[in-house]
Amino acid sequence: MLFRQTLFSMGLAVASCFACMVPASAQINVEINQASAREFRVALPDFNANTPEAQALADQITAIMRNDLRSTGLFDLLTPDSFIQQDLSVLVQPRFADWRIIDTESLGIGEVEIMDDGRMRVAFRLWDTAQEQEHLLSGRRGRQYVTTSENLRRVAHVLADDIYTSLTGDEGYFDSRIVFIAESGPRTARVKRLAIMDQDGANAEFLTNGQHTVLTPRFSPSDQTITYMTYERGRPQVYLFDIETGRSEALGQFQGMTYAPRFSPDGNSVIMAQADNGNSDIYIMDLNSRRRTRLTDHPAIDTSPSMSPDGDEIVFTSDRGGTPQLYVMNRDGSMRTCPSGGRDVACRITFGSGRYSTPVWSPRGDLIAFTRQANGRFYIGVIEPDGEGERLLTEAYLDEGPAWSPNGRVIIFFREDRPGASPALYTVDLTGRNLRRLNTPGDASDPAWSPTLR
Amino acid sequence: MKNKMFKLVSVAGIALALGACASNPPVEEEVAVTTPPPVRDTTPPPVRDEVVTSREVVQGPPPGTVQDFIVNVGERVYFDTDRYNLDADDMAVLNRQAAWLQAYPTVRIMVAGNCDERGTREYNLGLGERRANSVKDYLVSRGISADRIETISYGKERPIDGRSTPEAWEVNRNSHTQIVSGQVG
Repeated sequence: MLFRQTLFSMGLAVASCFACMVPASAQINVEINQASAREFRVALPDFNANTPEAQALADQITAIMRNDLRSTGLFDLLTPDSFIQQDLSVLVQPRFADWRIIDTESLGIGEVEIMDDGRMRVAFRLWDTAQEQEHLLSGRRGRQYVTTSENLRRVAHVLADDIYTSLTGDEGYFDSRIVFIAESGPRTARVKRLAIMDQDGANAEFLTNGQHTVLTPRFSPSDQTITYMTYERGRPQVYLFDIETGRSEALGQFQGMTYAPRFSPDGNSVIMAQADNGNSDIYIMDLNSRRRTRLTDHPAIDTSPSMSPDGDEIVFTSDRGGTPQLYVMNRDGSMRTCPSGGRDVACRITFGSGRYSTPVWSPRGDLIAFTRQANGRFYIGVIEPDGEGERLLTEAYLDEGPAWSPNGRVIIFFREDRPGASPALYTVDLTGRNLRRLNTPGDASDPAWSPTLR
Repeated sequence: MKNKMFKLVSVAGIALALGACASNPPVEEEVAVTTPPPVRDTTPPPVRDEVVTSREVVQGPPPGTVQDFIVNVGERVYFDTDRYNLDADDMAVLNRQAAWLQAYPTVRIMVAGNCDERGTREYNLGLGERRANSVKDYLVSRGISADRIETISYGKERPIDGRSTPEAWEVNRNSHTQIVSGQVG
């Protein structure tokens, strides 16, 4: 399948003619956490090409890269009509003064060549026009890919990731995918299918046929596997879906309902809720031995578990205090000193008005995203694992089910913006400013992000 | 709305409990009160279609059939927001369900717990499971073998009223008792 094909990456050999250039300086970082984060002024002129056919590929690549960068809200992409220097080449250092005068901070130069064997060669370099030096891309001066043109979109995403990483200091996330539930039909007879698409909405495809309701898919952090819940055998059960083979399997056969699955950060386990005789508790299953361990034993509903990146802690939803709230416990079940006082196996961390649920630990470890319901409205927010620093990022008639981008900088969720509205996918950054709706084929809910594909 | 529905249904239920099949209230009235007009019920159709004769139209569905259960006993009980406890109205319906299940001992049922849309998917799956088990536990307490009762939670996935209104939420918070096998006819 497409994503399995290897991209051939090599240092840009031709870059050696600039071996005399000054070494890379300290990276310029964009402060994403500040609401006043300035946009980074980037020029990304159309790539050069050796034939009209190559030019068509080049134009697609630059369009995809610009769209990726714009979607973050962090980059101001300068309009081509303001460009002074037109004779750009990936082999030649640009005239920095021509770019500084139009306030360019970074300049990306690329070219596309269709080679004799029909493959496509894409070369790209990124320049710091203020410091008059080259930005390193994954530690190299420039990037070059030789691949077939069907990998065009991935090459574009990888290059956009290079720019993002080079300028912000954070891992890029454009070369990634979104798994979600595609919905159709009337609300009283909804058809729900497992679906997947690129992070930018391209290449959407269905993974199940809609015969059975499927819910809450989540990506493995380590391979091309999805865990989700399905009514396939009548009783709701947690399943695994292998994207490469298209095969699915039940994750054990239990008397009660299993639901709300998520992979552990190492990808070796699935943590989930299981209901026996009406009572839901948290369990974890080792995927190799298929051995299952019970983690909570409480008459309340315990559900929606999510593990910290180091695997030592678990955040989950419980109504043991009367309403659904977020609780944090140790993976080994040992006692904790709770931030709100006292010692307990599980410490409540949310105390605002209303109800909190669907917690998801950021891959960076610093924040937990959640759905909050108060005063008849729904909110997506983040809170620190000790219950400090709660911030609400979105509000709507229904906002539900946050999931993190692989770098922990963006949250994807689904929204019904008014009563009776169809669900759609949205992304928002941690400032809450950059709210965007994603295009999906039809209605969509329950999004989850893949790890970056490399 | 909830109370009105159940009081009227209870009248029909008492008639049944007394064995007064011949004196059942007119069918039209029962249908009118057990099916609130705006509600579109999309639960799967009965396991098999009834063969309705003119005599049965007058006298109501034949005893022991799925239609008999739906019309004369009541297939749903309704819950308050976030709650899974049973009130007196619910118990009246479930007492009739228990009596009916005693009368037809080969019948097996599936109790499905449902929630309104004003909660998150995963929490509602847990809540629906609780609601289904509240009904199961009550029926067991009334002498019905637990072996005859399966439960399932649909969370907020199966609303019977697709609108986003308080009236819709009220009917969508329910436990639905469905006959899966062993019925007459």
